[in-house]
Amino acid sequence: MTLAKRIIPCLDVDAGRVVKGVNFLGIRDAGDPVEIAKRYNQQGADEITFLDITASHEDRDTTVEMVERIAGEVFIPLTVGGGIRRCEDIRTMLNAGADKVSINTAAVTNPDFVREAAERFGSQCIVVAIDAKRVSGDDEAPRWEIFTHGGRRPTGLDAVEWARKMVAYGAGELLLTSMDRDGTKAGFDIGVTRAISDAVEVPVIASGGVGNLDHLVAGVREGGADAVLAASIFHFGEYTIPDAKRYMAEHGLEMRL
Amino acid sequence: MTIAVIDYGMGNLHSVAKALEHVTHENVTITRDPRAIRGASRLVLPGQGAIRDCMGELERTELRGLVSELLDEQAKPLLGICVGQQMLFERSEENGGVDCLGFLPGRVRHFGRGLLSTDGERLKVPHMGWNRVVQRHAHPLWDGIEDGARFYFVHSYYVEAGLEGDIFGATDYAGVDAHVVTGRGTVFAVQFHPEKSARDGLQLLENFVNWAP
Repeated sequence: MTLAKRIIPCLDVDAGRVVKGVNFLGIRDAGDPVEIAKRYNQQGADEITFLDITASHEDRDTTVEMVERIAGEVFIPLTVGGGIRRCEDIRTMLNAGADKVSINTAAVTNPDFVREAAERFGSQCIVVAIDAKRVSGDDEAPRWEIFTHGGRRPTGLDAVEWARKMVAYGAGELLLTSMDRDGTKAGFDIGVTRAISDAVEVPVIASGGVGNLDHLVAGVREGGADAVLAASIFHFGEYTIPDAKRYMAEHGLEMRL
Repeated sequence: MTIAVIDYGMGNLHSVAKALEHVTHENVTITRDPRAIRGASRLVLPGQGAIRDCMGELERTELRGLVSELLDEQAKPLLGICVGQQMLFERSEENGGVDCLGFLPGRVRHFGRGLLSTDGERLKVPHMGWNRVVQRHAHPLWDGIEDGARFYFVHSYYVEAGLEGDIFGATDYAGVDAHVVTGRGTVFAVQFHPEKSARDGLQLLENFVNWAP
């Protein structure tokens, strides 16, 4: 088995600036997504995810410009998520140089959008983002549901069933975020990662909760994830991408070093 | 000197054009104009999505005949990428069976379902991510690229070439010997995405730009 597990740093971008802060030694502007993407590329990131969390509509043009600039300088796969609601949004991002788009809320409100998008642009560029939260008690069989609005709004959808449905509708990859773990640094929710990874044929990216390098190993080894996404452990310079790759390789995982 | 990326309506051509612009000062154009394609010094044949759609669009845009002629003429370098590699072969089993350009003998097959690695790990399809490419034969497009270097793949179907001499690189996935780099004469074609394969991908594109077969 020589296919490498992927490490994907995630940039949360608001109005053209990376938020949550990024600390790199020797970087002039720690808020510029283009500089930060270049830095991760130099470090050997396997892909980059650009998450547009811009609230206002007017700033969307800034996002397109940022994606264009990154795509002109960084030659690894680039996924753009946030506010992808219509096929025009996908067309705009692909034209700007994105390789994949990540669909989140729009998939929940209108599942047929995923089908339409996959038919029109191909499954290879359609990532469906799944925000799951555990709803079962400690003494019950584990069950997770899909939540929207940053984990505040329940949808009643079973996460594993939903994952299967999205793949049947044409999702080429799933970006799974545990809303219980996101921002906690307590590690991925291994249970939901394993349940969904075993339920679908397409690759699963684990996200939410990474606090150290053992968490990355566990996401792949125990959770069955094909890729791991993290923001803060890389942004604040706690670990570099090569640190993470070497550590994962030392733990027996196939990595692109 | 113009490098034409053939635009028959399938997929995202901006990435490959941007990557080419990064490695050359030559003019890079995305076009479906037969005269521009004929007049170009080098050609890139991309392809994304289902092969039936790719072949269908090539037909609909009336470029199929031109592409076949250019392949046969062997007058200028052509780089096939992804489905652009698969289309060069005789037939694909995707979409219930699709006849392709038949420039090279061989067929395009599905990886299969429920695949397991030798250590019992479940293997996903599509084959997505960075995998090693073993160089089967020497080629100018391998200049400066290590044997076994990793490239970025996204595909569920792979080429099984009919002639060993047409195979320049192979990748193992799920025990399958996928012929991910093939070519003959002025034609070189890769299953992976050089435009998304970081340094080695850019090196391959630069080698293509400098290639004088």
